[in-house]
Parts: sequence; structure tokens; C-alpha cells
Amino acid sequence: MAAKLLGFCEELRGEGVAVGTSELLDAFAALEYVDWTSRADFREALATTIAKSQDDRRVFELLFDRYFFRTAEAEAVQRGVTEHAEGGPPAGDGERFDMEELSEAIREAMAAGDEDAMRDLARLAIAAFGKGEGSGVVGVDVQRIRRTLGLTAGQQPPTAEGGERPPIDREQLTGFERHLRRELERDLIERTETLPPSRPLAELDRALPTSPTQDLAAVHRAVSQMKRRLATLGHEQRGRKKGQLVDVRRTMRASLETGGVPLRLRYRPKRPRRPEIYVLCDVSTSVTSASVFFLSVLHALHDSFRKLRSFVFIERISEVTEIFESERDFTVIAQKISSEGGVADVSGYTDYGRVWLEFLTEISEDLDPRSTVIVLGDARTNGREPHAEVFAQIAEKAGRLFWLNPEPKLYWNYGDSVMAAYERYCDGAFECWTTKHLENFVNVVAGAAPAAE
Amino acid sequence: MADGSVADVKQSLADVGYLADEPAALVSFLAQRLGKPVLVEGPAGVGKTELAKALSRATGRELVRLQCYEGLDEAKAMYEWNYRKQLLRIQAGGEAGWSDVQDDIFSAEFLLERPLMQAIASPEPVVLLIDEIDKTDQEFEAMLLELLSDFQMTIPELGRIEATTMPIVVLTSNDSRELTEALKRRCLYLWLDYPELEREMEIVRLHTPELSETLARKLVEVIRMVRALDLKKPPSIAESIDWARTLLLMGAEDIDRETFTQSMSIIVKHRTDIDLVAERVGVKLADPLRTEG
Repeated sequence: MAAKLLGFCEELRGEGVAVGTSELLDAFAALEYVDWTSRADFREALATTIAKSQDDRRVFELLFDRYFFRTAEAEAVQRGVTEHAEGGPPAGDGERFDMEELSEAIREAMAAGDEDAMRDLARLAIAAFGKGEGSGVVGVDVQRIRRTLGLTAGQQPPTAEGGERPPIDREQLTGFERHLRRELERDLIERTETLPPSRPLAELDRALPTSPTQDLAAVHRAVSQMKRRLATLGHEQRGRKKGQLVDVRRTMRASLETGGVPLRLRYRPKRPRRPEIYVLCDVSTSVTSASVFFLSVLHALHDSFRKLRSFVFIERISEVTEIFESERDFTVIAQKISSEGGVADVSGYTDYGRVWLEFLTEISEDLDPRSTVIVLGDARTNGREPHAEVFAQIAEKAGRLFWLNPEPKLYWNYGDSVMAAYERYCDGAFECWTTKHLENFVNVVAGAAPAAE
Repeated sequence: MADGSVADVKQSLADVGYLADEPAALVSFLAQRLGKPVLVEGPAGVGKTELAKALSRATGRELVRLQCYEGLDEAKAMYEWNYRKQLLRIQAGGEAGWSDVQDDIFSAEFLLERPLMQAIASPEPVVLLIDEIDKTDQEFEAMLLELLSDFQMTIPELGRIEATTMPIVVLTSNDSRELTEALKRRCLYLWLDYPELEREMEIVRLHTPELSETLARKLVEVIRMVRALDLKKPPSIAESIDWARTLLLMGAEDIDRETFTQSMSIIVKHRTDIDLVAERVGVKLADPLRTEG
């Protein structure tokens, strides 16, 4: 069993869940106290010690089923119908199912709230309908099976013999659909089992509608890495006398030793500073596909850094720091930025030159060698004046300046892209449209070798 | 608390008025057995804090609560030297030599115990609730690590203070910030969500036994409808209970559109939300939700 559990954790790690040795030890310790034969307890005990976030939990659920019940699954697929008919509560005649009977059994299970029976019945229903002719899209199949079974929420038509049937709760029906969905997903995993173990789940994940929030976790990871790197950079300044301020009070105090003559100067201690970051993010139409990614990068940055000011721009620039600070939910933020971001959107075309001018006038006061400026944009000026000299000024004032471009390097400087004009003032310009690129950027910033592509 | 099995824990929690679902009961059980802190996450108002309180009642332990906020530092969370008393001691010392005084003023007598210290030093085992840990800085989290993994605390002048009794530690988070891996690693993880219909009904009825079952069911159904909307702040369990009490006071027999509009402000607390709820849910209430058998 221990080996099984280790194998399970290995697979979880393969899916990107951080399972440390301490988690494993906890899991074993927890299992000493729960009943191994109770599936729910066993699963919860593992989940609480191993999966430490909602995302992890989701992966855990999927893998748990696959890993611990694979053998049972394989058999079920092979023997399918007959096994269930013998073991489960609903009695088919072993070969074919009576639709009515199956539907009736499901109603009963739903009314009783019997999870186990519902699970069995869901498998049964899939075996009866979905096998071989499944559309491959889980959601579609779920609805198809539900309709064929004649299950709808609300009042139910009377039975064939004219008997009353209890109404079905919306709630109960969703419960059953959930079982159906899960069983179908497991089925899908089983069918693709020829692939190496880590593949099917990743495929499945990708098959789900890709939402920006899915990538969010990965972006957050990369950014938190970046935070650590940036925080330790620039500390070499500590201990230098240059630019230090005399602490008058402490100097006077020290002068008491020497009869009031301030022989030794006391300086204000230098505090290790926190990095100040300015992020400028292009949200124009030319980068539409990338801007969701960029916004999620911004979102993650805001999670990690206190001293961060973010700006979005198209033709003009607008500060959105407050939106990020007041809202947490990514979708809300994205909505707010598009609705009240206040980006003066006259023509919809980016005007980089103007953006630099505005940025410089707005916050040139605050820019100092401690600040890092990160630009997210494609450097496509739509033929307008790039004002590279203004950009140079920004670069000079700021400590570091990085550019992340959502286009492959190949396309830079083609068409209206003026990347070259800006690139020479940057401390680094990178192509960046996936989390992988982001990690690469983080590594380069930290002076490490770039990650292999 | 007879903590023989998960079911016992669940029962004893129910006895003090907290209906835990399976995962919550199991995690509470494991927390006591393994002596590990529990990290509870979930939306606002699903009973995260209440779980800690119920645990303290069920185990008969005292509850030590540390409410987190931005800028919370160790002087307020762990301990602080009582400067005034130290000064007095120095002034009153008179005869005694400096070394005596020095030893003396850095002793436990001059220590002001803050919640974390209190929880550790208490002769009786306690339940320590660290509420809304996500409101603090990451630095504060790091400071907690020693306490959470070894139940000990280091005071430079005094040395290490180890817990004499094992506290049950519950941390809650509203998920407004990703917590550090280091902290998560030391905790058991529990995600609390809004309860199932049946369980919420039980909870409501537990707190307002006078409410008729049909009305309670309808109330919970309406609450669920409201939660399904995209609101700024969906109603919490506490608000369901408040609403149930309000309906009792109003002497309402049924939730129709009128009672709903009158008492809606109990469950919805944003101007825009109120409009939305009135528009979506209020209309549905005109025709009966479902004829109850």
C-alpha cells in the first residue's frame, strides 16, 4: 500500500502538484487514524494532507479516481453492463436495459440521495448509451444521456401505470449530472490509457475550455519567483557611505561623549529597500490575444508586490493600480479595465510615442534608480512617431527597464514594429506569450542561464 | 470530547451547535490526533471562524483568538516587554547590583503575553484561532512557521519557550492572497464551501427551531437562488440564520414577494446587489416556487 501511495504522489507531482516529503509523512500519519476501508475517509485524509489549494484538489480528485480505481475501471469497461446488472440495485435482464427501469432506478437514487447508487447508475447509463457512440465532448454526452432517460427538473409526468412520481429537484439532477460527467471523464481517461500516465490528464485539461484563470496559477508561480529574485537584487548597495544622510539627533547624542563636539558623524541606517515596479501594459487590438495573458501577469504581480503601479495604454496611458488593489477576482478586473480603465480610446491604435511622453510627465518625479520599469507590448506604432529619445530618458531615470513582447523575435521590426529603436535602451527585451517565456524572463533577470526552449 | 472516531467528533460538534460535513469532521479529528494546524479556506460566511469556536466548545478548551490585519507585528501577536514595569523595577531596585536587575527585568514577569504566547504558555490546552491570515504580510507568515511546526517560540532574552500543552490551531483565510507554500506545508488543508441544501436547512433549523419546516426549506431555496446570481457579496450562512429569525419576528407564514422585499436587506448588502436580486428573485416569487406536498 505504501508503494501505491508513493506512486500516486509521484503522479501528482507529474501533474504539477507540489507534494513534499513532509506532506507524504503527514498523509501516512493521517492514515493511521482513519479507516482504510472507508473510501470517503481515506480520500479526505489524503486530500487534506496533500492537496493544499482548490486547484490541487481538482487534480487530486481526477488522479485519485484514475489511480486507485483503474483496475476496477478496466474491468467495468470490459464486462461493462453485465457486471453492473448483477451487482447494482437496478435489475436489467443482463443483456439489454429497460430504459424505463433504469430511469426509474435513477429517480429513486436521486430521491434517496444515495451517492453510491447514483455513481453505479451513472456508469450503467453510460454503458447503455454512450459507449462507442459518445461524441467525445463530455458536456454534450451528459445532456444527451439525461434527455434520453427523460430526466428533467420539476414536476414529473405520471408513470405508465398512472402512479404519482415525486418531483425531481434541480439540485438532485445536478448531482446526478455530476456523477455522469465524472464517469464520462474517467471513461475518457481510460480510453486514452495507451498514452504515458501523465499525458491523459494534461490532454483532458487542455480539452476543457481554456480560461485565462487556468493559466493564472502558473503565472502566479513564475511571478512569485520573480519577486524573490528582484528583492535580492540591488542589495549590494547596502553598507556604502555614498548618498547617506546624517542623522542629526544621533550625532548630537554621540557628541556628548566628546564634550559636545560632534567628532563622529552618525548616519541614518540604510533600509533594505523594496523594489518599486512600474508596469506598462498595451491593451490595444493588435495584442488582443496576448493581453489576457498580460493582464494575468499584472494580476500576479499585484499579488506579490506592494510597491507596484500599473498602467494600461492604447493611445494614451491610464493608471489601473487601484482596480487591481480593490478587486481580486481576475474576470472582474479584466471587465473593469475594459469598461472603466479610462484608456482614451480615440482611434484604437497604439501611439507609443505619446504614451512615453505622458508616462514621463506623469511620474518622472517618482522614477529613480531603484525603480524597475516593465513594458508589455508589441512596439507597433501604427506609423506614428516612436519618440525613442523620450523612451531613452525613461530608461535613464529608471534603474532597470525590461520589455516583454508578445510577438516572436522573427516578427520584430517588420511592418510598423519599431522594436529595434527601443530595444537598445532596454536592459533586456524578451519575447513572451506563455508562462514558459515568463519563467525564462525571470531567470534572465536573475542572471541565470536562460531555460531551454 | 470523546475523540474516538470521526463520527464521535462530528457528533460532539453537532452537540455544540455546529453541523460539520464529512471533510470538516475528518479534518478536525485529524488535527487533534496529529497535532497539526488546520488551514481553513473558503468564501466569506461559510463558518470558518465558527468551526474554531465550535471546536473550543466541544473540547471544553479556551479559545485564544488572534485577529489578523495588515501591519500586525510580533509585538501585538506574540509578546512584548513591559517597559514601564521594567523601568519601575530599575528605579525601585536601589540596592541590588546591576547584574541582578538585568537578569530580573528580562524574566517572564515582565513579559506581556499576546495571543500566540498565551496559547503556548497556557497550562490548560487551548484552541488557537488565527483569523484571516491572508490579511497579514508574508513576513508575518514566516514568523508563524516556528510556532506552527514545533509549537515553540524563541525570545532572544529568554531562550526558547516550548508549549506545555498541545493547542489545536485553526487558521482561516478568505483567499484574498495566495499563502506561502511553507505555511501550507505545515497545515492540514480544508476547503469549506456553501453547504448543500439539506445541510443548510438543518443548520437554519438548529438555530431557529420555531421555524416551520416548509418555510425553512423555502428560505434556503431562495438563499440558494440569490447565491447563484453574480453578486458582490453573496449571503452567508449567518445571514440565512438572521433572515430566518427576522421572518419569525415578522410572523411570516410564507415567503412571498412582499415579505421578501421587506426583509431583503438582511441577506443582500450592496446597493447594486439589491436591485439585481429584486429584479431576478423577487419576480420568481410571485408565482409559488413549487407546491409543497
